[in-house]
Amino acid sequence: MAVDTAETRSETGDPGKGPLVYRQALLTRITHWTWAVALFFMLLSGLQIFNAHPALYIGQESGFEYDNAVLAMYAVNSDNGPVGQTRAFGRTFDTTGLFGMSGSNDRPEFRGFPSWATIPSYQDLATGRVVHFFFGWVLVAALFLWFLSSLVNGHIRRDVIPGPEDFRALPGDIADHARLRFHHGRSYNALQKLAYSVVFFILFPLIIATGLTMSPGIDAAFPWLLDLFGGRQTARTIHFSMMTLLVLFFVVHIVMVVAAGPLNELRSMVTGWYRASPDTSRREGDRP
Amino acid sequence: MSRLQVTRRRFLGLTAAGASSLVLAGCDQFDFLGDRDNRVRDVLGKANDLTYRVQRALVGDQTLAREYSESEIRQGQRPNGSRDPDTADYLALKANDFADYRLKVTGLVETPASYSLEELRNMPSRTQITRHDCVEGWSCIAKWTGTQLGPLLTAAKVKPNARFIVFHCYDDMGTGLSGPELYYESCDLVDGFHPQTLVAYGLNGQTLPIANGAPVRVRIERALGYKQPKYVHTIELVDGFSQYGRGKGGYWEDYGYDWYGGI
Repeated sequence: MAVDTAETRSETGDPGKGPLVYRQALLTRITHWTWAVALFFMLLSGLQIFNAHPALYIGQESGFEYDNAVLAMYAVNSDNGPVGQTRAFGRTFDTTGLFGMSGSNDRPEFRGFPSWATIPSYQDLATGRVVHFFFGWVLVAALFLWFLSSLVNGHIRRDVIPGPEDFRALPGDIADHARLRFHHGRSYNALQKLAYSVVFFILFPLIIATGLTMSPGIDAAFPWLLDLFGGRQTARTIHFSMMTLLVLFFVVHIVMVVAAGPLNELRSMVTGWYRASPDTSRREGDRP
Repeated sequence: MSRLQVTRRRFLGLTAAGASSLVLAGCDQFDFLGDRDNRVRDVLGKANDLTYRVQRALVGDQTLAREYSESEIRQGQRPNGSRDPDTADYLALKANDFADYRLKVTGLVETPASYSLEELRNMPSRTQITRHDCVEGWSCIAKWTGTQLGPLLTAAKVKPNARFIVFHCYDDMGTGLSGPELYYESCDLVDGFHPQTLVAYGLNGQTLPIANGAPVRVRIERALGYKQPKYVHTIELVDGFSQYGRGKGGYWEDYGYDWYGGI
């Protein structure tokens, strides 16, 4: 239903249509959807893996006889029966139903993240690892392909890394976004470039490198990873933090797609063709 | 043109609706991946073979795992899995403080051998402070003392057709369909001959406690905790491990965990 309304608005809202521009190269579209699928499975299998030991620490090891935990999810007994709790940076929160304890009242489950957030839905670390490592390879392969081709064809330089003019346009761009008023140009706007740059050059590299630092095999070959991230357990904590930032990016990404005209945005990521704003100057190769 | 657009829009709409219902309904749609015989799971599991091959190519055969300083030992080694085996063989040895214990080196070797605990302790020893990484996600730093496995293998003269080393253990993990399931593990010859691979009998300057695998546990420092078998009695060289357990090369591997265990 929501889709129909958006469709009507975008058609009647722009009486003078801008040109249809070819915005997304085939490889960008393929890698985009590959990441979408891979990250979906990596997130849910990652939470499955996290649930095997739902606590995060700072340092090389996990403190069992001392406390170096920054996050822990667990269940405790209270006067009214068991409750789920989350302790983060020394503060304890009641998170019954979400973290530490979830499921129905009759059949409570004691687990970090609830069953709807994990693959498989039940506790199965072995399967979580199978799924996580398969899609890890998929993610890295797609990223490698994208970096290589985008460096060669100029996509990174032209469309992703913000230039001086993007930083000049930033205040106006923020104001436009806050009012949900979007200009649909040939390339990404300043905030988009900034967001995608953070994902490609900070979040992805960090989440991959910290993931590798958790591998004892990789640690033998590249022990400096342990020093760079301050230990295997800190690397695990950073890995988790990057995940939450990627989830945050995903939420904002979806909100922006919906706000900016979901069909036009989806079309450009499926077919490559994007309806630009009416004031966009026409070029050869555009469609009416 | 308009017809085409309608179909495309309907397609996109249906895709969005389908995707959102998938998320809303939770993830039990993917529970089939937990089925150990599922073919899709088999395909996904191939990624672990790739990881094994890539890491073997990337990580030198003799490259050491990081060793830590004394000051980084801040707690005892956390025991996991079996902590006090109750099989008859083990209880008999334990009653006599492992005086009758023998470690056998057998299988595809020219000269099978067996060693008492005393003989193992009199061999050249190696002490290393390393990080134990459990598959669950936690880590624990401890000091391990033992004799290197490599020289034991060399002394037994490994036959050319040997490809893996299987470690047979005393601890019973529970009763499966075909009787009690004893813990076992395996590794390749690279890990077998790795300088940090120990037949360990000491932990943090003391005799290896029962909870951590007494009298002898194998340390393979570039792999996860389940690749460090405790209560080991036999080291067998084989050309494959299909005849043991359910044929996946280890107790946890038989339950769906990856055999390499280096990640």
